[in-house]
Amino acid sequence: MKYIDPHIHMVSRTTDDYARMALAGCVALTEPAFWAGFDRSSAQGFFDYFRQLTEYEPKRAAQFGIQHYTWLCINPKEAEDPGFARDVIALIPQFLDRPNVLGIGEIGLNKNSRNELQILEAQIALAAERDQLILVHTPHLEDKLKGTRLIMDALRANGKIEPARVLIDHVEEHTVKPVLDRGFWAGMTLYPDTKCTPQRAADIFETYGNERLWINSAGDWGPSDPLAVPKCHQELLRRGHPASFIEKVSFRNPVEFLGQSPKFSAPA
Amino acid sequence: MSASKYTCPLPRAKALDAYFLEHRAKLIDLAAFLDRLDRADPQGAAEDFRLAALRQALAILSDGRGERARRVLECFSDPTAEPIPKAPMKGALGAWDGKAAKP
Ligand SMILES: [Zn+2]
Repeated sequence: MKYIDPHIHMVSRTTDDYARMALAGCVALTEPAFWAGFDRSSAQGFFDYFRQLTEYEPKRAAQFGIQHYTWLCINPKEAEDPGFARDVIALIPQFLDRPNVLGIGEIGLNKNSRNELQILEAQIALAAERDQLILVHTPHLEDKLKGTRLIMDALRANGKIEPARVLIDHVEEHTVKPVLDRGFWAGMTLYPDTKCTPQRAADIFETYGNERLWINSAGDWGPSDPLAVPKCHQELLRRGHPASFIEKVSFRNPVEFLGQSPKFSAPA
Repeated sequence: MSASKYTCPLPRAKALDAYFLEHRAKLIDLAAFLDRLDRADPQGAAEDFRLAALRQALAILSDGRGERARRVLECFSDPTAEPIPKAPMKGALGAWDGKAAKP
């Protein structure tokens, strides 16, 4: 069954993973800029990363018939030094017109600190100014609930951001409803130990419906699974949800949200 | 979504067939984990904030009310509203350590 994985960090994955995803039906993916597992020593490190995301990865994906889109930002884990973060933000505008860039992301918070919030606000302002879609990372574990609230408040405080053009990712049972109630899109991330399992993602669909909600693998360099999305499809099928349900959450919903960017073209 | 409260397409008996053994095993794991902690010397330390949150969460499982997953997650969450002055680390611990944001 064809599907879109709307959040996966392919720079951290092997070419074999592209091959396996293509075999499983992946036709498009979007790759937000994130933390590399270590802090970059200079803003220039991000310049190279943004080139990798906009030049190299789309070619690697195309070898397997997968469309590759991306989101650019400085991630919240490297936002505790605002001077450094602003140097990185200054690099972003020159990349925004590249053909696979859909917007700003994954911006958000990590430990809910003042500096992180200041850098989040600056990137929300950049998105507003350049009319970009936004992909939001919400914090981990005990920090998620508070961080999700702070992020939604910052988005509203900007005054120019339409909630329907923002996807708030890594929602769980305690954050999905407030996100949807405020008009944002929501993403569920399928991780083995933290975030959602395929079973819980299916539970959340059964509880909150399948409008403005999608699933992703957020596959990266840590414990994660680039085939988590099709594995969640299996869980939905096992319960008796129809194939049209899967097509809705893993194809039509991503096409609807991402299609708000003129650069996104729905895969055939 | 249908208006019925039965939004899982599986009849309950089938859902039990599908998931009972897996979750029975998880519950026994949890019981064994608590036994393991009893065998580990606390060395005079007060109850750890993670264990306190876990005990609170366990009570939710048997209170007979719904939305258990949401409420369990809330037990482990920082309930404060203000940003903290500085990020002390990059990672997270899984439960809130009770240190409120200082103004
Ligand atoms: Zn990510």
